[in-house]
Amino acid sequence: MSNDREAILGRVRQALAPLPKRAEAPDWERELVVMRNARGAVDAAALFTERLKLVNGTPISSLAELVALFVSSGWRRGYCDPALAARLRPAFPPEIVFESDFDRTRVDDYQFGITAAVGAIAETGTVILNDAATSRRLAALAPWVHVAVVPRSRIHIDLPEAVAALGSDPNIIWCTGPSKTADVEGILIEGVHGPGVQIALLVD
Amino acid sequence: MKFQQIDEYAARLRPETKAAVHGGSKAGHEKRTKVLFDHYIDPDQLRKIAGEIKQHVVENLDTYLPAVEAKLRANGVHVHWAATAEAANQAVYSILQARGAKRMVKAKTMVSEETELGRFLEERGIECVETDLGEFIVQIDGDHPSHIVKPIIHKNRREIATSFERHGLGAYNDDPETITRRARVHLRHKYLEADVGLTGANFVVAESGRLVLVTNEGNSRFCLAATKCHIAMVGIEKILPKDRDLGLLLNLLARSGTGQQLTVYTEFIAGPRGPAQPDGPEEMHVVFVDNGRTDVLASECRDILRCIRCGACLNVCPVYRQASGHAYRSVYPGPVGAVLSPLLAGERFPAMADLPKASSLCGACNEVCPVNIPIPDLLLRLREKGKREGSEAAAAGTPAMGGWAVMASQPFAWKAALAGGRIMNLLPTKYVPVAALQAWQSRRTLPTWRGGAFRSWLHDRRKERAGSGSAAS
Ligand code: SF4
Repeated sequence: MSNDREAILGRVRQALAPLPKRAEAPDWERELVVMRNARGAVDAAALFTERLKLVNGTPISSLAELVALFVSSGWRRGYCDPALAARLRPAFPPEIVFESDFDRTRVDDYQFGITAAVGAIAETGTVILNDAATSRRLAALAPWVHVAVVPRSRIHIDLPEAVAALGSDPNIIWCTGPSKTADVEGILIEGVHGPGVQIALLVD
Repeated sequence: MKFQQIDEYAARLRPETKAAVHGGSKAGHEKRTKVLFDHYIDPDQLRKIAGEIKQHVVENLDTYLPAVEAKLRANGVHVHWAATAEAANQAVYSILQARGAKRMVKAKTMVSEETELGRFLEERGIECVETDLGEFIVQIDGDHPSHIVKPIIHKNRREIATSFERHGLGAYNDDPETITRRARVHLRHKYLEADVGLTGANFVVAESGRLVLVTNEGNSRFCLAATKCHIAMVGIEKILPKDRDLGLLLNLLARSGTGQQLTVYTEFIAGPRGPAQPDGPEEMHVVFVDNGRTDVLASECRDILRCIRCGACLNVCPVYRQASGHAYRSVYPGPVGAVLSPLLAGERFPAMADLPKASSLCGACNEVCPVNIPIPDLLLRLREKGKREGSEAAAAGTPAMGGWAVMASQPFAWKAALAGGRIMNLLPTKYVPVAALQAWQSRRTLPTWRGGAFRSWLHDRRKERAGSGSAAS
């Protein structure tokens, strides 16, 4: 296929040769793409909470609140990143089981997955996961409930700021609310392949 | 005279399909407009700049392609090039063979639909499963998508429930939630059993070598969480210069396509999985596909290569709303398809040359396009090309204009025709045996002929003015 490479690049050069001049890249201000409501916002956590609710996500600001939700929803068994378990486990009642490994042959046994987020975006209500910070891609995706643990200090105000902070991790994913589809007659259904419940637990 | 093919398709559509397509696209357009104008002070400025960025890329592909290739290699990605559909399919197949792979999961890639990769691999004994809910339904039905972002806009829940039952996914149940849960259960095992995950890419950034993929369902993420090898088929025009440009383009893509502020999952992939990560591909390939794009680049319609496949032009198009996607007989329907499909068809251009005529040139597609593509201008250029090349398809639906030209260039003939036209009011025109007239009238009624009325009004008025003298002046 090295022939194809030369063929394609040759044809590209040939196609562009007759152009008297090439279009230049425009200059633009980052403010252009910042949403009205995020302009001048200072309280990133408050904005994030508000925006996450708008996309049917579940922002939670204390561990006690998270535990209460687990108990009332009947979520009993799931995965928790071992690095987080030390901090979270003591708050949960003993009948809620945390597994420290995600066994892909038992994918349906995990009702929830608790993993660390590397940050969040306030403007859109997005949690950011990456390969270094988030222990298992599958555990953050396959269970019905995903809890992303988000450090308050790592919430970017807007999208341009989050783009600038992408960094060098080979895999970064922005998750904005629960997985969803409107393929069947335009009706919104949540929880298609990923979580039907997307929780962000804000921690200090 | 023959009807245009697209009219024939539209006429054959079942009323409920027509209603579904019309309703779905209209709703999509309304959401898009509301969200863009609610969120931004000047959304048109965003579109304009995004268009300039993409035009810059298109006109500098000779430098961007080698640059992005080098970045991808530095990120540990294997880069392949495919000039044709056949070469692209073969490239994917060779990667599968080298890994002894037998099963593949696929998250929506339009390029692979262009190359008919699914069929190619199935013939060679590879299982190839579509994972987007809509695409999955299209696949089990042996059907084709009818919209870029809503592939089954033409189907209702009863049809889907019947397909699921036939495919062994449970007894008939047409509740959309049940349908979705059944697909969830069925497909997660497909991901986990698969050897390879195949995706497209919404953008590839030259500066960082990042591929960007967006989905709402999480299907492409599942492909990249469950499999050990990732192959991305990418059209050569998908490049963006800088990461920073994503801030603009991602904002526009979701809002234009589905009226969302951001697609649920936006994934940035710069190589195989990280060292501490147990899930995901240890090997990654990018196949750059030409398949006619360099011809488009060489044509006077190269602006269409800016397209980011958002579907907004379909939603707003009065012709698409009536005709639905299959009427465009290609992977890309709607206004974008009317430009792109005939160009990508290569030798088969004449057979597709009717598509550029499937437009009233109202300009709505240009107004909504997030990269500001002047689609109506491009359609006109293609009409001309069709005419130049004497394509029969391009002539369908157009009466011969020779006689009209003679008449319109002779003042006496013109006047006589205007006056004589009054006879039209007395004739039962529906029965005049002129095919063009019958075709036109089958769906419209002629207004009363008032030929020459303006001329006589002007004539009288001049006389009047002359009569009243020039008192006023
Ligand atoms: S032509 Fe413009 S509006 Fe149409 S799909 Fe492409 S980017 Fe969207």
